[in-house]
Amino acid sequence: MLSFEPYGNPTYFAILGVALIPLVIGLLYGRRSRLYETIISIFFLVLTFGGPKWTQGVALIVYISYEVLLTWGYAVYRKQKNSGPIFYLMVILAILPLTIVKVTPAVENGQNSLIGFLGISYLTFRAVQTMMETRDGTLKNFQIMTFLQFMLFFPTISSGPIDRYRRFEHDYRSVPDRDTYLGMIQKGVRYIFVGFLYKFILAYYFGQILLPRLLQMGMQARGGFLDLSWPVLGYMYVYSAYLFFDFAGYSLFAVGTSYLMGIATPMNFKQPWRSPNIKDFWNRWHITLSFWFRDFIYMRLVFWFMKHRVFKNPRTTANVTYIINMLVMGFWHGVTWYYITYGLFHGCALVINDAWLRYKKKHRESVPHNRFTQWFAIFLTANLVCFSFLIFSGFLNQLWFTN
Amino acid sequence: MDVQATVLEILADLTGNDVSGAMDDNLFDSGLLDSMGSVQLLLQLQSELGISVPVSEFERSEWDTPNKIITKVESLV
Repeated sequence: MLSFEPYGNPTYFAILGVALIPLVIGLLYGRRSRLYETIISIFFLVLTFGGPKWTQGVALIVYISYEVLLTWGYAVYRKQKNSGPIFYLMVILAILPLTIVKVTPAVENGQNSLIGFLGISYLTFRAVQTMMETRDGTLKNFQIMTFLQFMLFFPTISSGPIDRYRRFEHDYRSVPDRDTYLGMIQKGVRYIFVGFLYKFILAYYFGQILLPRLLQMGMQARGGFLDLSWPVLGYMYVYSAYLFFDFAGYSLFAVGTSYLMGIATPMNFKQPWRSPNIKDFWNRWHITLSFWFRDFIYMRLVFWFMKHRVFKNPRTTANVTYIINMLVMGFWHGVTWYYITYGLFHGCALVINDAWLRYKKKHRESVPHNRFTQWFAIFLTANLVCFSFLIFSGFLNQLWFTN
Repeated sequence: MDVQATVLEILADLTGNDVSGAMDDNLFDSGLLDSMGSVQLLLQLQSELGISVPVSEFERSEWDTPNKIITKVESLV
């Protein structure tokens, strides 16, 4: 049976193109066929999770039923009552499968959990977000079928971008007028072609051609201070380039495909290498993830800390929350020392960044600001980020702890 | 109590700037407000005007200039 990585090869795109034609024609004439959308969604889910990967398919079905039950159950409950402990319990239950999947390799010698499947974290983000908005009363009209479409929206199921229920619902329930939709087609097609360049040419070149060579050179050059060498530095930059083009390319495919389906899934990258500081970097890199963390972890924790006056100083609140927020993000990537260090590194970077921004605001006259300092800031940020990606890559683990 | 004056006072307190001369400037782009500042703003609004805005109601694009914030708050009191 046919089985594909989403957006993995030309055949996938050919099938995708054909499958989208009726949908595009329908939208051009102001119609959205729920039935057809559901059929192609299921079709692409089977292509991704069927055949040799059928165990993942089963895991997906069980997982989805479980999350739908929880979210729907909570939405029904919330109409009657609003108890804190119940809400926390539901959130814990909702992230339990993901937690098991993330912790299993760390305690079972790298073995993957049976309940895992490609995209489980992204689905968990969507479910938890829906629950939190239900608690806040922001989301009043929970519809089980729309929620299923939202969770199983195939263009973004495996790795995001992470949309929001209310935003998705709005697009899903309406049909863009023809001019808007023509604009979306134009953008969508462009995104997909830029994605080809990013993922199949640049990411391929950096990731498949250059990276293995640098890895080998770096391993051979071990022995110096911390086993560091020029190839390790090269690895750092090449890995960063690979990571960016690979993920930005994938995201462009996902956003482009969504656009063709008349759904304006939010963008995931916005010229991250132009960021003048780390804080700004997180507004431009893997945006839907960092905004998810911002809105559902950072802001909520800050709100809670401040309301209960846990820390006297708002700055302490902000700093502690930065660290917690980024540590959670680190753990989410996986329970390994390098992912957790990566999170801690970014948490600390945000704390330092904030202190510097405050200092700069206070001493506006004495801190120079010109084209040179601007370039320097961008250069420094990019290098700090690349260094954090070296940690993230796990190469240091290989360098230091393998024979 | 005058909403506009209260909001401007809270903003001045939070950002350390008098923003009344730049009512349509984007507070996030200029770095005057961030997530932390947004939460402080919500808490201040709650304690001074008695309006409660849950965090998930806080859509950044609807709260990014002094004028927008005032309009938003006026719709909630």
